[in-house]
Amino acid sequence: MEIPYTAESRPDTGLYNAKVGIWLFLASEVMLFGALFSTYILLRVGADPGKWPHGLLNVNLGMINTIVLICSSITVVMAWASLKLNNFGKFKMFQAITLLCAVIFVGIKSYEYHDKFTHYEIQLKDGRVVDGHMKEQTKDQVTVSGHYLHTEEAGAEAKEGHSHQTAEVKHEEITVKRDDIKYMENYGPWHNTYMAIYFTLTGLHALHVIGGALVIGFLWGPGSKMWRTEPERFTNRIEVSGLFWHFVDLVWIFLFPVLYLL
Amino acid sequence: MSDNHNAHDIQKHVKKYLFVFYALIVGTVVTVAVSKVHFGSVTMNIAIALFIACIKGFLVAGYFMHLISEKKMIYGILIATVFFFASLMYLTLWSLEPTSLIHMK
Repeated sequence: MEIPYTAESRPDTGLYNAKVGIWLFLASEVMLFGALFSTYILLRVGADPGKWPHGLLNVNLGMINTIVLICSSITVVMAWASLKLNNFGKFKMFQAITLLCAVIFVGIKSYEYHDKFTHYEIQLKDGRVVDGHMKEQTKDQVTVSGHYLHTEEAGAEAKEGHSHQTAEVKHEEITVKRDDIKYMENYGPWHNTYMAIYFTLTGLHALHVIGGALVIGFLWGPGSKMWRTEPERFTNRIEVSGLFWHFVDLVWIFLFPVLYLL
Repeated sequence: MSDNHNAHDIQKHVKKYLFVFYALIVGTVVTVAVSKVHFGSVTMNIAIALFIACIKGFLVAGYFMHLISEKKMIYGILIATVFFFASLMYLTLWSLEPTSLIHMK
């Protein structure tokens, strides 16, 4: 049995099946990210004044990733336009750039995650707090590249997060003996509520980028055979995968200022 | 977007896509620049950053996702989504009010 309206539009709605399907799916995605955004608002507004962390993320990397996603969005829509203009070669080129952008985005995100997992807060028994990136760990001592937090920063830090600007402090190599350490923890999702919501939101978003890239990659590679037999249907598939990709870009447009700048 | 395009229509759309692309890049740079300026209160800074993000979001949804010229059924789906999303955000903000029913014992 042949499924109707995979290529041509239904006369009543003017839409083909997959288009209705992807918009219904995107509607559910809005609610998924909406729930996490409302969680963010609750945590942010609920935090004590001055205790919501600032400057923990690299704004330049976040901005580069935003530009990378915007570039991928234009190439996706240009790929679709190329198919509409019957230019399969250009489609291939634009989607290859999209895939490259996806790889760059995930690569930068991975670097940022690695940076957080090697970034430590070390509370010493004498009350001082060391904040920096792990250089070397042995059985007896730990060496980090970082700085001592000021008393008020350390007080605000505790388990709720701090508000220091890491870009403004001078970093030096600090070696501390393990016997002098009271407590040591990296900036993983367990560190404070900010890091928890940061990893949850960006992790879910990164999974969407990877999922979208897999679909685009399939349609760029083995799936592109359909262009020879059913060009209309193939063009529709590209449009639908593009709609998902634009949604992923749209989510990042809001995530970037909320997590990196505010 | 209407599913019946001719080559001339698509060429016109391509010009719009490029314009939107440049606008998005400029919007990103402005967002970062504005975040470094203090506008008197944190609330004001947040409002400005979200306002720019909304404009960028409109450009992506309106032009790249073709929402500006979509069919009625898609608008119907989106109106329902906006209603539930707005309700979710309203409930969140309402629960933050110390006088709301949720805090009454």
